Amino acid sequence: MNLNYTPEQIAFRQEVRQWLEEHVPEAPLESFDTKAGFEQHRQWEKTLAEGNWGMVTWPQEFGGRGCNLVEWLIFEEEYYRASAPLRVNQNGIFLLGPTLMEYGTEAQKERFITRMAAGEEMWAQGWSEPGAGSDMAAIRSKAIRDGDEYVINGQKVWSTRAVYADWVFCIFRTDPDSERHRGLSFMLVPLDAPGVTVRPIPQLDGLPGFAEIFFDDVRVPVENRLGEEGQGWQIAMATAGFERGLMLRSPARFQETAKRLVELYRSHRNDILDLSIEDKVVQSYMDAESYALATYQTASRLIKGGNIGAEASLNKIFWSELDQHMHETAMSILASRAELLPQAPAAGEVGRWLDGFLFAQSGPIYAGTNEIQRNIIAERLLGMPRS
Amino acid sequence: MDFTFTDDQQLFCESVRDFLQAEVTPESVREGWDSASGRNETLWQQLVEMGLTGMLVPESHGGMGMSELDFVLLAQECGRVALPEPLVETALVAVPLLANLAEKDPRCASLLEKIAAGETRVAIGHAANNLVSDAHIADWLLLPKGDQVHLLASDQVGLTAQQSIDPSRRLFSVEWHGDDETRLASGAEGVSLLAASLNRGALGAAAQLLGLAEAMVEMTVRYTEERHQFGRPVGANQALKHLMANCAVKSEFAKAPLYRAAYTLSESPSHADFAVSHAKVAAGEAALLAAKNCIQAHGAMGYTWECNLHIFMKRAWALDKFWGHAGFHKNRLHQWLMNPNAKIGADKTFGVQG
Repeated sequence: MNLNYTPEQIAFRQEVRQWLEEHVPEAPLESFDTKAGFEQHRQWEKTLAEGNWGMVTWPQEFGGRGCNLVEWLIFEEEYYRASAPLRVNQNGIFLLGPTLMEYGTEAQKERFITRMAAGEEMWAQGWSEPGAGSDMAAIRSKAIRDGDEYVINGQKVWSTRAVYADWVFCIFRTDPDSERHRGLSFMLVPLDAPGVTVRPIPQLDGLPGFAEIFFDDVRVPVENRLGEEGQGWQIAMATAGFERGLMLRSPARFQETAKRLVELYRSHRNDILDLSIEDKVVQSYMDAESYALATYQTASRLIKGGNIGAEASLNKIFWSELDQHMHETAMSILASRAELLPQAPAAGEVGRWLDGFLFAQSGPIYAGTNEIQRNIIAERLLGMPRS
Repeated sequence: MDFTFTDDQQLFCESVRDFLQAEVTPESVREGWDSASGRNETLWQQLVEMGLTGMLVPESHGGMGMSELDFVLLAQECGRVALPEPLVETALVAVPLLANLAEKDPRCASLLEKIAAGETRVAIGHAANNLVSDAHIADWLLLPKGDQVHLLASDQVGLTAQQSIDPSRRLFSVEWHGDDETRLASGAEGVSLLAASLNRGALGAAAQLLGLAEAMVEMTVRYTEERHQFGRPVGANQALKHLMANCAVKSEFAKAPLYRAAYTLSESPSHADFAVSHAKVAAGEAALLAAKNCIQAHGAMGYTWECNLHIFMKRAWALDKFWGHAGFHKNRLHQWLMNPNAKIGADKTFGVQG
């Protein structure tokens, strides 16, 4: 064990910090759930790509830097420290990218990863259906082979970023007689294809952060299938593993929130009446640290050839509940101002906390609800009997 | 940057685990409850032979010259079996205190050699704990008085037994009078030695708490497979799965803080307060939640003397309050967080803290 950064890692941190200082936009971008904000964020993705900072862990041939996971953590720490914009293409870079590298053909990698890394194509995720949420194997939307094409019919829902994105990755039933996990295939579909209708769904903040997608005789070439026909479930589970595992929610995000919470607490200390706040602030700081330390531990293990399986479910529960806890604490400190929208004249600095509080409500739901994660932990990590 | 234990550290831990799992069973722990001393001299000598009492004794004094980081996994294994013997307090707390004084005080040097050889037992008191554990079997006692550290022989102290809810724990109030002869350190030196002892004691308790938490969950998962109601194992019910999963989450995220605290104590002990407090609070929470959820999952059986759960549960309740309770450690963290110069934030995880 050696918990010191190497001189190379220290130099890498400096390089990241300097680049971010020179390039992070001074004014915060608009929400990427508005059309203008989405385009601003797309531009930011291009800026990142031009500096080769889009996905530092990816190989150089795909626009990355071949960084290991410790270097990735350093990059993320600097990224959140600099308050750089959120990644509008997170579905693509964190989920589909690693999936393509594992299951994609050379042609698919060349076609899709390159443009994803260049910030040119933004991705949405299309898994849930009206009748298939936590029970994802209940998927009914179909993609039926017709010569060199698949013909897609059905509906996806809760597709994050689908309103302004360019592509969606989905799983469809390619064997119409199949049931449950069998007969599903993983498909890449352009959202401007004839027969695709995207209907925005406003989220808690009123902006269309996700959408329903209707497929009406949509034709896509066979080359848009990832992996073998019938392999969709296996690939989707691998993608879900990336989502719950290390990449999606790096600890830096929560450490910066914890830091802001401590600062908020310090500045309001004399007018806080709620006796539990002191304890909650300390707990928030500790838990954000715990998550960071545990991530470094996992990263070290993975660098030495270990792997991450059902343990990812422990992470997902921990960071999502931590995020809720921190934002609840901030709202308690802000007290009667907590409900104010940023444009309210009396809002002051409260706006960001409210946004964060709203978003924190979704953490225990997306990427597999925490109830499902607890089942996975109990059955696969602890060995309790399946229901 | 490498947050993993070495192969040697892991292999040694596995051999100690195998030994403890074989020798320290619920049956053997219960036998100790009925004996006068509550301690097993044969077992102690076996621990000595494995080099465990002398792990942190410098090589020049007959020990292995190892660090808190080398010992922390072993302390976790001691918790996993609810070891009644005071191995952790001896090897991880008393020994480093004596080692810090060995240069200037030949009594300490001599004690180190005898502890490593299994010829002497030393108990240690601290202001954080009102009572001294295992004072009854100690030949010597390290005792604090303000900023002073004293060393007294067993015939120089008066002991009053204070019964604990955990029948394995043997606690004593100690009556004693120190003088120039018994004083080992005072002033700034004494303060710093006692502060370091508190951190090592808290680290040892945290490691045992984590081991206890994991042991309780493991035995409870087994029980929920065996116990059937409504025609199926009770563990098939989601409500029980979620009780156990919550314990697993708490334990998982107490590990890295524990190992970071052990590392910091080994590498820069004067900056270890916050790492240690974090570890102690996190491990205490994991153990208390495991105790609460495991007794619930056992139903009425968990409330009996016969069920082995209480061996672990009671130790967890006790150790959570020993070497600084959660309130003490959270206050240390709080005080630090209130300092506008405290280094916190995403790029500060491994910076010097405090």
